[in-house]
Amino acid sequence: MAIYTQTQTETLVRVEQLRKFFPVRTGVFARARSFIHAVDDVSFEINRGEIFGLIGESGCGKTTTGSLLVRLLDPTSGHIYLRVPSNPATNSQGEQYVDIATLEGRALKEFRRNAQMIFQDPYESLNPRMTIFDIVAEPLGIHGIGSVYEREERVAELLSLVGLTPPESFLFRYPHELSGGQRQRVAIARAMILNPSFIVADEPTSMLDVSIRTGVMNLMLDLREEFGISYLYITHDLAVARYMCDRIAVMYLGKIVELGPTEEVIQKPLHPYTRALISAVPIPDPAVERQPIEIKGGVSKPIDPPPRCRFYDRCPMATDRCAREDHPPLEDKGSKHFVACYEV
Amino acid sequence: MQAATTFKPAEALWRVRLHLLWRGLKGSWAMFAESKIGLTGLGIIIFFAVFGALWPAYPWLMEHLAWTPEELEAARNAPYGAISNIEQVYHPVVGYDPLIPGIENPSPPSRRHPLGTNQYGRDILAQLMASTGSEFMLGVLAALITVVIGTLVGAITAYYGGFVDTFFMRLADVFILFPLVSFLIVLGSMIELTLLKLAFILGILFGFGQITVILKSQALAVKVKPYIEAAKVAGGGHFHVIFRHIIPNLLPLAFLYMMFNVTSAIFSEAALSFFGLLPGIKISWGIMIDAAHSDGYILGGRSFQNWWLWVPPGVAITLLCSAFYLVGRGLDEVVNPRLRKR
Amino acid sequence: MTTLTTYPVLHVENLTMHYTTRKGEVKAVENVSFSLDKGEALGLVGESGCGKTSVALTLLRLLPENARFLGGHAYFFRDATDEAHTRRSLGKPVKILLDGQEHQGRLSSLDRSHLVLEAHVNGRTQQIRLERDAIARIGVDLTALSDDEMRPIRWKGISMIFQAAMNSLNPVYKVGDQIVEALQTHMPISLPQARERVAELFQLVGLDRQLMDRYPHEYSGGMKQRAVIAMALACDPDMIIADEPTTALDVIVQDKILREMRQIQKKLNMSMIYISHDIAVIAEVADKVGVMYAGGLVEFGPSEPIFKNPIHPYTKALMSAFPSIKGEKVKLAALPGEPPDLIKPPSGCRFHPRCPYATEICEREVPQFREHKPSQYAACWNPLQ
Repeated sequence: MAIYTQTQTETLVRVEQLRKFFPVRTGVFARARSFIHAVDDVSFEINRGEIFGLIGESGCGKTTTGSLLVRLLDPTSGHIYLRVPSNPATNSQGEQYVDIATLEGRALKEFRRNAQMIFQDPYESLNPRMTIFDIVAEPLGIHGIGSVYEREERVAELLSLVGLTPPESFLFRYPHELSGGQRQRVAIARAMILNPSFIVADEPTSMLDVSIRTGVMNLMLDLREEFGISYLYITHDLAVARYMCDRIAVMYLGKIVELGPTEEVIQKPLHPYTRALISAVPIPDPAVERQPIEIKGGVSKPIDPPPRCRFYDRCPMATDRCAREDHPPLEDKGSKHFVACYEV
Repeated sequence: MQAATTFKPAEALWRVRLHLLWRGLKGSWAMFAESKIGLTGLGIIIFFAVFGALWPAYPWLMEHLAWTPEELEAARNAPYGAISNIEQVYHPVVGYDPLIPGIENPSPPSRRHPLGTNQYGRDILAQLMASTGSEFMLGVLAALITVVIGTLVGAITAYYGGFVDTFFMRLADVFILFPLVSFLIVLGSMIELTLLKLAFILGILFGFGQITVILKSQALAVKVKPYIEAAKVAGGGHFHVIFRHIIPNLLPLAFLYMMFNVTSAIFSEAALSFFGLLPGIKISWGIMIDAAHSDGYILGGRSFQNWWLWVPPGVAITLLCSAFYLVGRGLDEVVNPRLRKR
Repeated sequence: MTTLTTYPVLHVENLTMHYTTRKGEVKAVENVSFSLDKGEALGLVGESGCGKTSVALTLLRLLPENARFLGGHAYFFRDATDEAHTRRSLGKPVKILLDGQEHQGRLSSLDRSHLVLEAHVNGRTQQIRLERDAIARIGVDLTALSDDEMRPIRWKGISMIFQAAMNSLNPVYKVGDQIVEALQTHMPISLPQARERVAELFQLVGLDRQLMDRYPHEYSGGMKQRAVIAMALACDPDMIIADEPTTALDVIVQDKILREMRQIQKKLNMSMIYISHDIAVIAEVADKVGVMYAGGLVEFGPSEPIFKNPIHPYTKALMSAFPSIKGEKVKLAALPGEPPDLIKPPSGCRFHPRCPYATEICEREVPQFREHKPSQYAACWNPLQ
């Protein structure tokens, strides 16, 4: 079930029917009888140089999706195709798609040079016992790239690239001597050092202060401009998503319910959940009175959900059909704006 | 990426690292020095270290400070057991003073024997000093083995979980509930337990026990940190994650527990010696108490009459054990920021 | 603060508080002054570590051991008919509002008909006799109260909702019982009455009455937060201080709780200090806004003019750093530098190293916190127009 029928040459990542179920165990030796459907039949594509946003509330499966895309987790089923140079050693022109979902051993380690991740909490994502140099150079060491002096030079180069200048003054400091924003820049430098083509950014700015956050967001945009990196940008903040992303997908209980160009989705949301979500975002202008859309209840865990639409219980416009039929498929409503809803 | 920057490493890498290490130690020392408890403990440890180190010089010192030329002369020409060498007087196991008739032993503290002699005529201070080095060796070696095992097993069980975890945790249960004394009695009857062997046995017994459980729980907390995930995303394998990330973050806690384990090891040795279970060890503080006890100098209302037989080794054991414990408490404040005053 | 509105609840003047730490003195709150009227919501906004929570803790005297209170006043007003409050004020520095006039001094004695105030006027100590019947409100300086005198104020006067307060519910007691217990320790009230009151409160914050007899683990994050709000409202306080009450919650739940808090606050005509780092949230709840930076209040005033025409460059930077889902998509301007280390804050205006408008005087002298436009205060040498 490929969403995009046309074969775009610049497609970098293609996710097909990705699923991740976590067993719910009742005891240590008990066999799992139920499963949390954290990611349930998710498909999308990311183009080269594109920032693709994954939006949703906590527990919707966006972070799980991100972890699957860098193989921190093994998918239950589905495919993740990434376009990589066919011979990384010679960096030759030819490229091929590899299915990340099935990689093992050497091939998996090789893939890691192409896809990296930036984590949410800059206070926890850097090992407190390592210097900035050791942290940023770690991927080089793992892949055995360069001599110690070459590594030092390369790390210094990256530190200045992410705005930690002069690099000499940062190289041999420890994370606790840096502020949150500086730490997140270190994390970005670490993710960039292997020249990846694809980065999963899991809420990279949500723990940063406002005045720092903008700098980090702009840095990520600049890196995209300069190196043509693609991002999967995971966030719960729609305003941040609007600022960063070219296209966004809205997730609800493991399913993508709406997907399309950012402005299109935010200005003209079609799915009732997206509409409620957008109407709930506070506006930094006291003169504006919002008219929030009421939806019932709260987010629950998708433990063995019934096959019908995941949003059915809370949906203000649910009908008999929604109760009867399976979760609706994503359908193009024009200008590549996809929605999974029978009533739109 | 970019054209090569003008970056020039200011210093050789190893010098930078050495400098960082030094700075880290200085910082930890500053925190440690704030705790009076820790400093007290360290003071006692240094005292015993010096005390033990002075042992080789002790007979010589006594010869020049405590013995008069006439006494020396008399000892060399004593009718029974004349000595040719002062070391013969202060030997911890076979030493005796020819000027003190056997019937007068145990003799109370005197000029030539500052802590007196025991019932066989051995100089108590000499015994005390001679044992100090081995007590240190035993305690530190056993604790080191304990901590190395505990750290490795803790890190590995936490990292892999599953069967490995179950196996080592059940093993820990066995070792925690282990009848140490009975085991050592049996072992002692089969092989001759020297101090070194005892250190290894105690190290291994403690290493697979409590400390594994403690360090594993710490390792579990480290394992879920995002920097572990970052290392995996970078391509780091199991070995890399365990040795580069998990173990370095366990070391401060491991070092802390090492201090507590020194205490346990010295205590165990003392207890075992007291029961006379360590025939392979010729002299130790525990044996000194045992010697006093087995000839009835502790029980039967005579304990205070011949106090010098058992008070010095008793105090030494108590002090040295509490010293390591106190250092551990002081380190606790460095390692656990929650205990730290702002 | 010179302007005097008719019905104040809180006057804060030059509040200063530092923390003593291993590394040195953290100048966490420096000369903070603001006022709050009955029924008003003040939004205190700033980045982490700017001192907004410390201000609240200083007001409520809930500071940790290493905090050093260095001066300032916080007058908390109640009607003079409140006998307990008046008694508590005896011998304390007070502000008394009488026929629109403000008297300041020490309340030296009181009887059935009069209050005697010792006040310094033109350098001389004077005794002022005020008629009790005519008195509108007495404001007692919270910083001068003892811990015992402070305790009743913390529930009945000013109650606080702490950051991540939803984790403060005790997991082994039913939620309703926890609130009942809190009520009974602060008020002479029977068990059925207390339960009735909790049921009322639950209804007020939008929780089902039956949830009273459930345990915290049966609640969702949003429900727990509601329960905590109900607990804060239990003793009918004049004022609530809410410290980032919705930060950990998802957008939809945050929005619901935000609107409910706003409704309750209006309905009960309660005053509120709402602390947040999120300027959009502040825009939604606050009538007045106080912007804090590096321990100081840099701007204070009614929210609409501040959002429309901020005076202080930091306020402006803060607003332009926030992306919005409405309006044109523009490249955001990043503020250079990092928030300062409060152990060694910059000289003069603490914002000057990051300020695009900074001049030489900003580095040298601390700007006065003064009224630049009607009721809009700021501490800046080069105010924006």
